[in-house]
Amino acid sequence: MKGNMVILEFLLFPGLLFTAVAGLLTSWVDRKVTALVQMRAGPPFLQPFYDIRKLLIKETCVPEGGSIGLFLLAPLLGLAAVTLASMILWRTLLDAQATFVGDLIVLVYLLVIPALAVMLGAFASRNPLASLGGSREVKLMIAYELPLVLAIVVPVIHANSIRLGDLLTSHPPVFSLSGLLALLVAICCMQAKLTIVPFDMPEAETELSGGALIEYSGPPLAMFKITRAMMLFTLPVWLLVLFFGGLVSGPGWLPVLLGFFVWFVLVAVTIVIRNTTPRVRTDQAVRFFWGPVTVVAAVAVMLAWIGW
Amino acid sequence: MSGAINALTRSINVFHLAGSACNNCDIEILDALTPKYDLERFGITLVGSIRHADMLLVSGVFNRKAATRAQELLQQAPKPYLVVAIGGCPASGLMFRDSYNWYRQPSGYMNIDAFIPGCPPKPEAIISAVVKLVEALRSGALAPRCLQGDQLADRARVAETV
Repeated sequence: MKGNMVILEFLLFPGLLFTAVAGLLTSWVDRKVTALVQMRAGPPFLQPFYDIRKLLIKETCVPEGGSIGLFLLAPLLGLAAVTLASMILWRTLLDAQATFVGDLIVLVYLLVIPALAVMLGAFASRNPLASLGGSREVKLMIAYELPLVLAIVVPVIHANSIRLGDLLTSHPPVFSLSGLLALLVAICCMQAKLTIVPFDMPEAETELSGGALIEYSGPPLAMFKITRAMMLFTLPVWLLVLFFGGLVSGPGWLPVLLGFFVWFVLVAVTIVIRNTTPRVRTDQAVRFFWGPVTVVAAVAVMLAWIGW
Repeated sequence: MSGAINALTRSINVFHLAGSACNNCDIEILDALTPKYDLERFGITLVGSIRHADMLLVSGVFNRKAATRAQELLQQAPKPYLVVAIGGCPASGLMFRDSYNWYRQPSGYMNIDAFIPGCPPKPEAIISAVVKLVEALRSGALAPRCLQGDQLADRARVAETV
């Protein structure tokens, strides 16, 4: 693997440029479907790109007395982590043998970092509302990471391997009972990982005036928004690889179309849940994830273990 | 700079700054942000933090304490931004002009780009005014007043009298 090729892959395809553009288009889909649910026309097609362009011309305000270095570094951390995660994921999708054993575990860790970056930025802001938002982000992370890892164990048991490439070439777990339960758990955890309603209390707009990102403006805020859009694009692709792997790999156009269709259904489920539920409190969210969701995930793991 | 202003007009984050208002204008602002008028199709969204704001919707009669805080908020808003005064109160004080807590005209210590008269102005009036402002900015006939000089020149004087 040549050094300059990796840098080009990181920056262009399937790294930063591709994932950022795809993520911003996905965020447009989100806003458009939300608008249609509310019986109105939505923003124009290029609106997310207008938003990013506008943020790039605003000045960067830095809070006095906060940790300036950490304040400005946190968005970069999140962006770099989700770019790497997307790169690994798309490398696997394009060539199932291209990655290494254990890349699934690396992916789990990389996809935790954007939420950590929001938390770090919030605590570096020297603002009580931001620290409230940051602490809510941490509590939410503690809540949903446990059932998410349990849900990921199910495809690992089915394919008997922790390499994403093997998950792509084996029978899709979603056609079994354990896989279906694990997919439902993963969808709930994806909703929380993206901090989308009903789990958007870290960034409660009317409650916390912007919460964790209250002090961010200009280009750092643009980086956080791009990171969030990239997560909205990458997490459904990840669930696609985990649970529908065998369906979307293989030659020809049919797997590609199927993959796009399943990805779109996952995104649409996220958006519809977003538009039909209210925001929950942090303790309600923690009780939800450590209660019913973890029980269902544990049941799914046990069913996978016995072969169902 | 005109490219930057053009970028600003395509995606406007609106921040509501109510300075001891009677809340009628605030209700009309909320009405304008409902799905019936659908401002999101123009790229306009509501934000909760001043650091995310591009257009400040100023309403109400600013008494002395609100005036000091409004000046601090305007200092916190990242440039370039626009200030739009909603209703008759920020323009002239209307019926509160001779009351004991009326400080002075907000245009004296805030750089206001547009005034929308009315008590309260209808959402259609608010939208029409924002469209006129955006078109004037795009054609270059107007420039954001926050970029022209220091509007906090008399901040010290305000702080003394509070």
